[in-house]
Amino acid sequence: MGKKRHIRVMVAKPGLDGHDRGARIIARAYRDAGFEVVYSGLHQTPEEIVEAAIQEDVDMIGLSSLAGAHNYLFPRTIELLREKGADDIDVCGGGIIPDEDILKLKEEGIKEIFTPGTSLDDIVSWVKANVKTR
Amino acid sequence: MSSIFDRKVFDEIEEAQTKWNEELDRIFSSKPERLKRFSTVSDREIKRIYTPKDVGSQDFMNDLGFPGQYPFTRGVQPSMYRGRLWTMRMFAGLGSATDTNRRFHLLVKEGQTGLSTAFDMPTLMGYDTDSPKARGECGKCGVAIDNLKDMEDLFDGLPIDKITTSMTINPPASVIWAMYIAMAEKRGIDRRVIGGTIQNDMLKEFIAQKTFMCPPKPSVRVITDTVEFGTNNVPRWNTISISGYHIREAGSTAVQELAFTIADGIAYTQEAIDRGLDVDDFAPRFSFFFNSHLDFFEEIAKFRAARRMWARIMKERFKAKDPRSWWLRFHTQTAGCSLTAQQPYNNVIRTALQALAAVMGGTQSLHTNSLDEVLAIPTEEAATIALRTQQIIAEESGVANTIDPLGGSYFVESLTNQMEEEAFDIINKIDDMGGMLTAIEKNYPQQEIADSAYHYQRQVDQKEKTVVGVNKYATDEEIPVDMLEIDEELEKLQIEKNNRVKSERDATSVKECLEKVGEACVGTQNVMEPLIEAVKAYATLQEICDVFRAVFGEYRDPGIY
Repeated sequence: MGKKRHIRVMVAKPGLDGHDRGARIIARAYRDAGFEVVYSGLHQTPEEIVEAAIQEDVDMIGLSSLAGAHNYLFPRTIELLREKGADDIDVCGGGIIPDEDILKLKEEGIKEIFTPGTSLDDIVSWVKANVKTR
Repeated sequence: MSSIFDRKVFDEIEEAQTKWNEELDRIFSSKPERLKRFSTVSDREIKRIYTPKDVGSQDFMNDLGFPGQYPFTRGVQPSMYRGRLWTMRMFAGLGSATDTNRRFHLLVKEGQTGLSTAFDMPTLMGYDTDSPKARGECGKCGVAIDNLKDMEDLFDGLPIDKITTSMTINPPASVIWAMYIAMAEKRGIDRRVIGGTIQNDMLKEFIAQKTFMCPPKPSVRVITDTVEFGTNNVPRWNTISISGYHIREAGSTAVQELAFTIADGIAYTQEAIDRGLDVDDFAPRFSFFFNSHLDFFEEIAKFRAARRMWARIMKERFKAKDPRSWWLRFHTQTAGCSLTAQQPYNNVIRTALQALAAVMGGTQSLHTNSLDEVLAIPTEEAATIALRTQQIIAEESGVANTIDPLGGSYFVESLTNQMEEEAFDIINKIDDMGGMLTAIEKNYPQQEIADSAYHYQRQVDQKEKTVVGVNKYATDEEIPVDMLEIDEELEKLQIEKNNRVKSERDATSVKECLEKVGEACVGTQNVMEPLIEAVKAYATLQEICDVFRAVFGEYRDPGIY
């Protein structure tokens, strides 16, 4: 007892987009970094993701979107977390997200957005520096 | 037959090469080679030089021969690009059917010779725009099709009796194809006249692209229905486009792309034979779809190996007698995953090199990615540059002047042989598991691809592989590109349109048609005729796919990583 537990992260694929190469690589990188990882699998609604995140007691949700529906799916996830009183779970995102959307999404409560070309080490370091175990 | 080189020549080469290598070792002992290890993008190690020794066992007539002759290593048609250039087929789809129709007209006007349709995510997954699962997705990565009216608008004014149409659609491929046939017939064009392709390759969806609806077994059953129907009724249609493209995009190596794609082709062929079809009746309508990735020579070797492997499999394993059954005809798309959001204009160069490899590999048709495709659906300007890239290769570069220009290159022939051998090893492993369906159920290809993808990403992160503008030659300067945006209002308009169509149709007839689709699914009757009747009654895509889901069940992603 007393030992600080590992960061628990959910990597999630909201919506119908099937591009999961990035999400699965990130999940592996988190695992290799010593995090506890839950991967949602594809085609999850924001409702399903939030419910699973609460059930799994994660510290952070990483949402991945590459087919353009992020402007609905990301804010909807934040909204549901608030409704369930679970907005202490950090949410960040990754994928094909245009710059002007990044600003809007951050205003909506997404902590960080990682776009293509970001190294795995940078993402892992960001999580270690910014996500606290609950 | 005997080898091209005799023993004495070999010995001389061997001696000279040993000396040359010693000389090089001396040079590199003071100033080492540029890299510790030279390897392809798939991490295949490449030697300093290739000589006749590397292709010594190759038999010209049995392994290469002439274009249009077994085993087709040098091309499927005897004339190749001396007769007719490849089809320049740019993938397009955005927003509403009317929006995409406008893009099609533009591409045809600019000299494109075939159409290729991209659908939005709800259509690809068999949902209507008003489904709760479709929220925020309408028209984002392709055109939204809810019912036959959308299909009519999509091809309005286009000469579909003269031009061929490719449709990139998988789980609901049978339904979308039924809509295309119905649309043609409403315009008075016979189903025996229309030509084109449906992707209709579910195995690679479970392996890589991940748009799925029903489990693997019933998915393959419906595909076999389309093969049977096409063989008997739509003879100019390519019923399956057996696709390696998505396998590669998901992160596989070149050899994995080759092996898994051909193993999928074996599975479809076996299913159709088991259905009672004669291999020579359906196999000529199978086509293939490959990726053209960054590593120039490896890609060319891959295309050449693919042709030879398929010919050997069809002739020796499936005993096909018609040479057209031995042909591996393929479409190529340049590698979307190789494009970078950083310094996006560099993507024009990447795409040009990849397109060049596809042409030197003997592709039948080609899509070149637009420089902005890493950010959004291409603008008209970007799509035109991509098309011009093909036209420059075709009409300025001179590479289409002779057939299989790299045939006989020690390096390319050696790579071709190696890749064929390695791919056959993987196919044997899949055969030992009991075939591709079982391999998929065991997550074998999925796991192999995930491993390769992770390996490559680590190499990029550690700068063992260079990505120009990302991990080398990066700048902080923002390079603006114009970007196409899909109006969020479209979703509302599309839902209204679908509701209007639904309110105007005969509800009783729709219900009866859907019941007939259900009966065909439950039994063994081919689903295609009931589907054509249902779409003609304006049953929506989702109404029909819901019948599939109810009868066959839904497939869930196993979520492995």
